Amino acid sequence: MTVGESGLAGGFFAMGARGPEAAALALHRFGFGPAGDQITAIAGDPRGALIEDLNRSGVLTANLPSSAEAARAVADFQAERRAEQKLALRAQKASDAEGQSQAMSDFAKTAITDAGPVPGKPPLPQQIIQSEAKARFDAAAGAELGFVERLVWFWSNHFCISADKIVAMAGAYEREAIRPHVLGRFADLLQAVESHPAMLFYLDNVESMGADSIAGINRDKGLNENLARETLELHTLGVRSGYTQADVTSFAKVLTGWTWINPDQPDRGGEFIYNKRLHEPGAQTVLGKSYPDTGMDQGRAVLADLARHPATAQHIAQKLAAHFVADEPPPTLVVKLAKSFSDSDGSLKEVAKMLVSADESWTPQRQKLKPPAEWIAGALRLTGAQDTIPIGPIMNAQATLGAPLWRPPAPNGYPDTEAAWIDGVPRRIDIANQFAGRLRDADPLALLDSGLGPLASADTRTTVARAETRNQAVALLVMSPEFLRR
Amino acid sequence: MRLHAPSRRELLLASGTLFAWAYLPKLACAEGRDPRFLAIILRGALDGLAAVAPVGDPDWLALRGDNALTFDGKVPPLKLDDFFALNPAMPNLHGMYQAGEAIVVHASATPYRERSHFDGQDLLESGLPKPAASETGWLNRALAGLQPGGRIDPKGSKIFAVGPVTPLVVRGPAPVLSWSPQRIQPASDDTVARLLDLYRHSDVKLASVLEDNSKLSAIEQSGDMGMGPKPGGPGPAQARAYFAEAAGTAAKFLAQPDGPRVGALALDGWDTHVNEGIASGRLSQLLGALDDALGAVKSNMGAAWQETVVALATEFGRTAHINGTDGTDHGTATVALLVGGALKGGRVIADWPGLKGADLYENRDLKPTTDLRAVLKGVLKDHLRADDRVLAQNVFPGSESVKPMTGLVA
Repeated sequence: MTVGESGLAGGFFAMGARGPEAAALALHRFGFGPAGDQITAIAGDPRGALIEDLNRSGVLTANLPSSAEAARAVADFQAERRAEQKLALRAQKASDAEGQSQAMSDFAKTAITDAGPVPGKPPLPQQIIQSEAKARFDAAAGAELGFVERLVWFWSNHFCISADKIVAMAGAYEREAIRPHVLGRFADLLQAVESHPAMLFYLDNVESMGADSIAGINRDKGLNENLARETLELHTLGVRSGYTQADVTSFAKVLTGWTWINPDQPDRGGEFIYNKRLHEPGAQTVLGKSYPDTGMDQGRAVLADLARHPATAQHIAQKLAAHFVADEPPPTLVVKLAKSFSDSDGSLKEVAKMLVSADESWTPQRQKLKPPAEWIAGALRLTGAQDTIPIGPIMNAQATLGAPLWRPPAPNGYPDTEAAWIDGVPRRIDIANQFAGRLRDADPLALLDSGLGPLASADTRTTVARAETRNQAVALLVMSPEFLRR
Repeated sequence: MRLHAPSRRELLLASGTLFAWAYLPKLACAEGRDPRFLAIILRGALDGLAAVAPVGDPDWLALRGDNALTFDGKVPPLKLDDFFALNPAMPNLHGMYQAGEAIVVHASATPYRERSHFDGQDLLESGLPKPAASETGWLNRALAGLQPGGRIDPKGSKIFAVGPVTPLVVRGPAPVLSWSPQRIQPASDDTVARLLDLYRHSDVKLASVLEDNSKLSAIEQSGDMGMGPKPGGPGPAQARAYFAEAAGTAAKFLAQPDGPRVGALALDGWDTHVNEGIASGRLSQLLGALDDALGAVKSNMGAAWQETVVALATEFGRTAHINGTDGTDHGTATVALLVGGALKGGRVIADWPGLKGADLYENRDLKPTTDLRAVLKGVLKDHLRADDRVLAQNVFPGSESVKPMTGLVA
C-alpha cells in the first residue's frame, strides 16, 4: 500500500508506511522536524529510522558542572554578594560619620567597585542556566532524528522541577536524573528522580522528618507530604487511581531521611544523603502492602512496586500517547502502550518502540499543536539558526510564549494540549519575525521543501513564495499550520 | 568548574548591538571635501508611479483611475515640475527638492527583468548583471576599490550597516561596523495579514485566534483603553519609529568626524498587492514614515548634510495598472531617489517612456529607460571619486556600456 492511501476508516497509515510524506510526518511528530535532507534520507523506512534512533543514548556529554557543584558555586556566589553588600553598608556608615570616604579599606573599595554586575556577563546563576539551556537546545537542533531528545523533554516535563525554586540544579537535574534512563527501565528512572537533591528540595522532602525520628523528637517537627503525594499523583499511579490519604502519609514516612547536604557546606554540599536521624522508625503500609523498616531501602522497595503497578502503566501510556499523537489519543494506542510497559517490566525503550510501531501513531491528521519550546527548537533546527542566535533571545522567546525553560508553574509541568497553547500563537509571529530577521541569505523555498516536503499545502507554498523578503518568507514558513502542528 | 563561555559574537548579539566602535583613523579629506554616502534599500518593490506621479502624462488618469494622484484629487500631490508630482505624504522630501537637495530618477530599473523579490533584491544589492550567488555587495566593493589619498581613504575605513543581519550591499572586503536597535521588532501588519489569509484557507482555528488577537490590538490602539489615540494604528506607527531610528542613527554615525563615511540599511514593507492606499492608507503611511526618516537623516547629519548623498532604491517597480484588489503586482521600472546637500538637485531625471499600452514593458509595467547602475555609478564617481574602471569591472561587473550619469553632484 502506498503512502496516503488509508485502508482503515480511521485513516491510519498501513504498517510499514513509507515515502516522503510518512518521513516528514515522522520527523515532526517524533522529532523536532527535519534538518537538511532528512525527509529524503529516511523516506525508505521512516518507522525503522525512528526505531534505529533508539540505539542512540540520551546522555549529554557536556562540560558542565554537576548539580552539587553548581549548587555550591551559587551558594558561594550568594554569600559573597551578601558580604559585599554588608561591606558597602559599613563603608557608607563610616563615611557618613566622618564626612568622607577615606575610612574605607582598600578591600572594601574594591568590593564596592566589583559589586555591580559586570556588563555583558550575567550573574553566575544565569550563566549556569544559560549554559545548560544552550546544551539542551544544541542537542535538539543537532540531533540526528531527535526522537530520543523528544523523549528526554517528555520525561523532564513529567518529572519536572522548577528553576524558580532551585536555579543552580535545574539543568543538571535533567542531565543526571532523566537522560541516563529515558531508554532504560522506568523503575530506575523513578529511583533516580525521587532521590535527586533537586527533586527532594523542590518537593520539600529535605525538611520532612518522622515525628518519632530522633530529629523529629528533638526539634518537635514532623512530616511534609509533598513529595509522597506528587510521586503517587503525578509521577506514578495518577490522580484518583485508588490510593488514599493513609497511603500518602505512610509513603511520606517511608521517604523521611531522603535529603541533601545543605549547599552551604563547602565539602559535599548539594549532594544526596540518607539521614537516618530524620527517618520515621517502623514498618509502613502503602497500598495494602507492609514494608519493614529497612532504612533507605524501605523507600526503594515502595518505589519499585509503584513502578510496576498497573495504574502507573496506564498513566504513563495515556500521557505518552497524548503527547506524541493527539490530545485525546486513540484508546487502542493507550492499551498497546500500557501492555508494552507491563510486559517489558517498564522498559522505556520497548514502550518507545511500541509507540512508533503502532499504526494509530501514524494518523495523517496532525492534531497536536507543537508546544512553544518544541516549535522554537524546530525552527532553529530547520534554519540552522542555533549557531547564530544566542541562547538569551531563545530563552526569552520561550518565556514570551508562556513556557520559560525549567520553570513550570506547578509540579504537574507544562500543559500538553492545544487549548493551552493556541492563544499564544499570535505571539509566535513576533518570535518568528525576530529569528528570521537574524538569518542570512536563507533560501525559503529550499527550506520549505526540506522542512515540510509533501506536507506543505499549495496555499503555504504560495504564501512563502510570494513573501516580500527572504526573512518574511522564513517567518511565514515556520508559522504555517503545517509547521505549527504535527 | 567550567561554564560555557559565550563567544564574543554571542555577547554582542545578545546585547542587541554589534558595536565594534574602534578608533577610526582620521580620514583624508582631499580637496577639502569629506563626503558621506548612505544607501537605503527599499525591500518589497516600491510603486514608483504612486511615489512620484506623472500628472502631466495624458494617459495618467485613464491608467490609474481613482488611484491616480492628481492636483484636483482629494489629497493633491506636491508639485515637482510641470510633469511630475510627489506623493503628498512626503513634505520633507518636497522641501529638499525645492532647496535643490533632491533628485528623482524615474522609469529606472536594475538590469533584472524577472519578478522574484528574492532574486531582484539580491541583484540590487550585489550589483551583478544577472541573478547569481554573491558574497559581496556593490557598496562595499566600491569603498574597498577607492584610491588612497582621495576623498575617502579606503585604508582602515569601515562601512556602516543597520540591522541584525548585514545587508548584502555592504558585505565584502571592507570591514563592516554594524548597529542594531535594542528593541525587538514586532512582525509587521503585512506579515500578520499574510498569515491570516493562509490560516483562513487552511486552519480555521488558527485563523480565529489570530482574528481575535488583531481585534484586541485594535482596541488597545484605539482610545478605548485610555491610552490615547495613536495616529495610523499599530503597524504604521512601528514602521515610522523603526525607519526614523534606523536612518537617523546611521546619519549620526556618518556625521561623526572620525566615523564611517559610507553605510547602508534596508527598509521593508513595500509589497503592496492589496489595498495599496496611495493617497491615504498603507503606502501613504509608509511613504510618510520614509519621509520622516529622511528628515531625521538631514537633521542628524548637521553640518555634514552639505557633504551628503543618500540613494534610495528598490528591487523593481509594480504593475502600471491597479490590480483586482486595489493594489499592484510585481512590475519593472520605478523611481530611484537621491537626497542630500551635496547634490545638484531640484530635478526629475527621466527619459519618459509613456503610459499607453504599447509603451508599457510587456504591456503591463512602466518601461525602464534609465539603468539604475548609471545613477549609482554617477554618484560613486563624482561624490566618492570612484574610478571608472573599478566601477565597470568590480562594483557593477559587466557594466562597461552603462556610463556613469554626470552632473548629479554639485
